[in-house]
Amino acid sequence: MEKRVTFRGWRLPLILILPQAIITAVFFFWPAGQAIYQSAFIPDPFGLKSQFVGLGNFEYLFSDPYYLASFRTTAVFSILVTVVSMSVALWLALMADRIIKGTGTYRTLLIWPYAVAPAVAGVLWLFIFNPNVGIASWYLDQLGYDWNHKLNSGQAMGLVVLASSWGRISYNFLFFLAGLQAVPRSVIEAAAIDGAHFWKRFRTIIFPLLSPTTFFLLVVNVVYSFFETFGVIHTITSGGPQQATTILVYKVYADGFVGQDLGSSAAQSVVLLVVVGILTVVQFKFIERRVHY
Amino acid sequence: MSTVTLSDVRKTYGKTEIIHGVDFDINDQEFVVIVGPSGCGKSTLLRMIAGLETISAGTIQIDDRIVNDLEPMERNIAMVFQNYALYPHMSVYDNMAYSLKIAKLDKSEIRERVERTAALLQLSDYLQRKPRELSGGQRQRVAMGRAIVRKPDVFLFDEPLSNLDAKLRVQMRLEIRKLQRDLRVTSVYVTHDQVEAMTLGDRLMVLNDGYVEQFGTPIELYEKPATRFVADFIGSPSMNILRGTADSGAITLETGVRIPSDTQATNEVDMGIRPEHLVLSDSGCLGMETGMVEQLGSNTLVHGFLTGTRIPLVASLPGVHSERSIGLALNFDVPPHAQHVFDSKTGKRL
Repeated sequence: MEKRVTFRGWRLPLILILPQAIITAVFFFWPAGQAIYQSAFIPDPFGLKSQFVGLGNFEYLFSDPYYLASFRTTAVFSILVTVVSMSVALWLALMADRIIKGTGTYRTLLIWPYAVAPAVAGVLWLFIFNPNVGIASWYLDQLGYDWNHKLNSGQAMGLVVLASSWGRISYNFLFFLAGLQAVPRSVIEAAAIDGAHFWKRFRTIIFPLLSPTTFFLLVVNVVYSFFETFGVIHTITSGGPQQATTILVYKVYADGFVGQDLGSSAAQSVVLLVVVGILTVVQFKFIERRVHY
Repeated sequence: MSTVTLSDVRKTYGKTEIIHGVDFDINDQEFVVIVGPSGCGKSTLLRMIAGLETISAGTIQIDDRIVNDLEPMERNIAMVFQNYALYPHMSVYDNMAYSLKIAKLDKSEIRERVERTAALLQLSDYLQRKPRELSGGQRQRVAMGRAIVRKPDVFLFDEPLSNLDAKLRVQMRLEIRKLQRDLRVTSVYVTHDQVEAMTLGDRLMVLNDGYVEQFGTPIELYEKPATRFVADFIGSPSMNILRGTADSGAITLETGVRIPSDTQATNEVDMGIRPEHLVLSDSGCLGMETGMVEQLGSNTLVHGFLTGTRIPLVASLPGVHSERSIGLALNFDVPPHAQHVFDSKTGKRL
């Protein structure tokens, strides 16, 4: 039964929702409205007046090869981050679910990275993989592998994916572990009696039962890799080399605040808004249908 | 064709031993019920036979194979769980076919076996449904079907009826009994419900605190309980147990009441008498202050106390009696042949 609280009058409920309403309005609706509004103008270089151009900014964007390349980069980046962080987290959760002694310690250690801010995580990985003094790059050098993410775009992508996934693994781990523990023990025992070995059980019983968790994490992780990875990219590569790690949200920043092209930046924000909206709708419409049992 | 033999099976968690050396043989096609109060170790014992719990000491043998170190899947047993443990994302058909698919049987063979089992359990119309679309009784049957379809050597049941309502429980109890008779598969059934145990089992094992109190047919347990615990546990309502001192053909209760008896014992004893064996008699030696009366139609239960004490006493009188016709006090004869005499220290039958 759903519990409903009924208020007499409208004053108290209004006061109660006001803080959230103000925050949403000021930090979401207002900037989003501004972005949509500004995307139709080109301001002059000194920002004194702007000229209405309609959809001009968008037309320009979609004929800009750099912008289209950024789309590809974003796709590669978010797929890699989502796949890496989710698969590693699932594997760790499976292992953590099986151990009997010292579960608390393992779990705490695995959850810790989540407490590290993205920018700090970025700096951490930057130190480890610094081409001159980083410990990982030194070992790679010993193995005869030349590491320089400042020159090699593939390595740069690898590093930002690694740094972005790292903190995310903890978050995903937590959800997967909770999901695993919600699978009734007796169902797994029944499968064991029915003759299924560990991997068979995982494939046919555990993974399907985890699918609501997996789906939820898929949506959350894609959105995460679109937006919240800004700090990591900014600290590690600043979108380089040669824009190889300039994902859409980074390009919004680079064009708007570095390049001072506010009209284009606003148009990019609007595009980003639409893309994430579409992705989420698609995920809910098509994938969610299969995950309910 | 399968027998199950347990020899000195023990289970310890850390330093605590919870199963203390259990020995028994289950004959081929026999239906054995393990019964006991919650926490007595009965489910643990069953799970050890299934291979879901390790065995700390002793051996478990199915036919002539020692299965101690075999995985559950290698023991060729099937288990029905208390919460059914159906695979929630699979249809009834897939639930039943799961083990056969893993065993890599022919598609047509699988289909044939599942359909035959479904027909046996009246599930043919539900094969495409998911477990959540079934009622409790139907889920129970699917769980049974999943066990039957594999043609195992041994069926293990872990309180399979305790999630059902009372009426359905009685019906499923009969179905399980009938199925086991028809399929002739050796079965071990765990329950805390003594009525279920009495009606289902060829033989019953009463387990208490990890010790076997008695292992025998339901009637043996009812007529000749080996210990005070079994006497108290088997039968509903429970046996009356009165403490007293036995000497030369009588038992003297603490209140001074002398009850004629056949016992040869001459020490402190617990004398048990079933409520239905108390005989109403105006000159009876056992006095009772009556309290609550429960009318069950076929008989009447009278709850009360031994005269002048707070020692509870229950009597079962045949037929219908009203509270008024019973009055405030009753006297009973305690026929010697219906008495059960236990050593008050060891609890063993004398």
